[in-house]
Amino acid sequence: MNVRGVTKRFGDRVALRDVSFEAADGELVAVIGPNGAGKTTLLSIVGGLLRADAGEVSRPPREVGWVPQQAAVYSKLSVAENLRLFARLEKCADPEAAVDRMLEQTGLRDRAGDELGTLSGGNRQRVNIAVGLLADPPVLLLDEPSSALDPRQRERLWEFILGLASGGTTVVFSTHDVGEAERHADRVLVLADGELLFAGTPDELEAEVGGDARDFEAAFVRFLHARGH
Amino acid sequence: MRWLLLKDLQILRRSPLLVALLLAYGGLVGALLGFAVQRDDVKPKVAFLNEVPSSAVGIKIGSQQIDASKYANRLFESVDPIRVKTRAEAIDTVRRGDAIAALIIPPDLTRRLQSVISLAGTGAPPTVEVLYNEENPLKTQAVESRIKARLADANKAISQKLTQISAGYLGILLHGGEFSLLGQKFSVLGLQRTRDVVQQTLRRLPNDAPQRADLERVANFAQLAIDNLDLSKPVLASIGEPLHVKRTVVAGKHVSANAFYIALAASVTLMIIGLFLGGGMLALEREEHAFGRLVRGPVSRWELLVEKVLLGAIAALAATLVELVVISLFDDLRWGRIAGWMAALLIGGLAFGAVGTAFGALTRDVRATTLLAILVALPFAFLALIPSGVVAGWVYDIVRIVSAIFPFKPALQALNAGLNDADPGLARPLAHLAILAVAYTAIARAGLRRFA
Repeated sequence: MNVRGVTKRFGDRVALRDVSFEAADGELVAVIGPNGAGKTTLLSIVGGLLRADAGEVSRPPREVGWVPQQAAVYSKLSVAENLRLFARLEKCADPEAAVDRMLEQTGLRDRAGDELGTLSGGNRQRVNIAVGLLADPPVLLLDEPSSALDPRQRERLWEFILGLASGGTTVVFSTHDVGEAERHADRVLVLADGELLFAGTPDELEAEVGGDARDFEAAFVRFLHARGH
Repeated sequence: MRWLLLKDLQILRRSPLLVALLLAYGGLVGALLGFAVQRDDVKPKVAFLNEVPSSAVGIKIGSQQIDASKYANRLFESVDPIRVKTRAEAIDTVRRGDAIAALIIPPDLTRRLQSVISLAGTGAPPTVEVLYNEENPLKTQAVESRIKARLADANKAISQKLTQISAGYLGILLHGGEFSLLGQKFSVLGLQRTRDVVQQTLRRLPNDAPQRADLERVANFAQLAIDNLDLSKPVLASIGEPLHVKRTVVAGKHVSANAFYIALAASVTLMIIGLFLGGGMLALEREEHAFGRLVRGPVSRWELLVEKVLLGAIAALAATLVELVVISLFDDLRWGRIAGWMAALLIGGLAFGAVGTAFGALTRDVRATTLLAILVALPFAFLALIPSGVVAGWVYDIVRIVSAIFPFKPALQALNAGLNDADPGLARPLAHLAILAVAYTAIARAGLRRFA
């Protein structure tokens, strides 16, 4: 997937300024940065929720699975009903087969008949991701997927996402947890005030600040300071 | 769109309390209105205490005796009397709510009536007493109005009887005849025959007879009296009912108050349910964070809006239909006009659903949508009920303009036309509602630009 020169303004404020990056098949790309950096705006444009004022995205929205930060599913419907609804809306060729596949993939077959409102945050997020994967998209966007989860749920979620990537799905995710980015991402994109400051591996980011930082988080903070943020 | 509609109906089905409330709302409003505007043949219960001794029910007018109880019965024509024996029992019956009022005929009623008729005294006028339970001002007003109307009927009947008796005496005075007094029968000559006798006598008298001048004066007086007393009968007849009313409708067809209230209740239910469902279910898409996921591909914003407008209309139609069916148990519903009022329900529901979606799109929150719906809907409903002629002309013009921008008034007109064949007919309000439905859907679409 190629993103070229994406710019977005909200009135006078520039939310994204000429952002470009690439992501290969099966690659895990983390978008990190301070609050208000433009992470969600970037993912929203790539996912087709927002229109960019300038720039282009190589993949049309129908080829990109979108998983918002908060579970965008109906709490009064069951797991299977949610999946079936979105499979029909996404015009999947065989909605029932898609539902079956996602129940298998998320490990929620036993909970298929349960209302979403009765599930734990982790299981809700798995359904949220499953809805994003119903159309079997080559690219999956996840906006802070683990922010509301406890460590155990987070670990299970990452097992699931890593499984997707190993199957060839390109995964782009935003996160506040830079440790998570270091652990799971093949590459990180550092955004601040709408500008893409860095694109590379976590090791390259640490090397960028001199390589003597205590850990990746310290290197990240030092990097931002060095760039005036 | 159908999958979205099915999803919303599924969500509603999973909220049985909400669905029950929505349906119960229509049914409850229908039942309440049914009790309030029940058929005319259902009479309210009124306690009745007659303290007039049975030996004193008659009133004497000249040589005739009339039965006052016959006229008191007029008071019962529109109420269901509960006979009680004492004043305390009457009060207790009203306090307990077994009767909505009590009517007490005091023991001296016929005596006072006799006094008034015979012009014999200056004492208190004959008075009947009515006791009300004031816990419900509307109920009191309704009963008071019925009793006053029946009292006016009784007064009129007594007056007509008096007029009839007086006219009888005038007839005897004019034409002569038999007259009874104190058990004795008298033959009265009458003015016409008096005049004839005098004129025959005059014809027999010589022209220079000294009695001629006096007899001619008597004949002239008799003729004058005959001419004027002949006029007295219509004058007397007019005393009982001096003013008559001729009713001519120059604008709008006549619709009974009950029938109008039914259209009004149906409009209120249609409005509340349409606004709540249309707006609430749209705002729910945002609260469930599903809006962004839906409109990024699978569903367009227009499709989403039209689906919510339809949902609001269907729910409003269903709840109002329940209400009308419940009302039909109490009052006559014109099922023969079902096509007309179903069209009014459907187009009205669409208009209210569209307003609801506009509210939902602007507030972006279910509770705020509901609050806004109540805050906006009620003033518009009250505005629509202001009749012409009670405010200054320019104020009424403003009221008309403001009412025209909200669907309540055209919905009320359409339902009134559909249910009661009232003016201005169906076509104009339905067209008005359709325009409002489109306009508010467009406003909602504009609101969706900052919805996600």
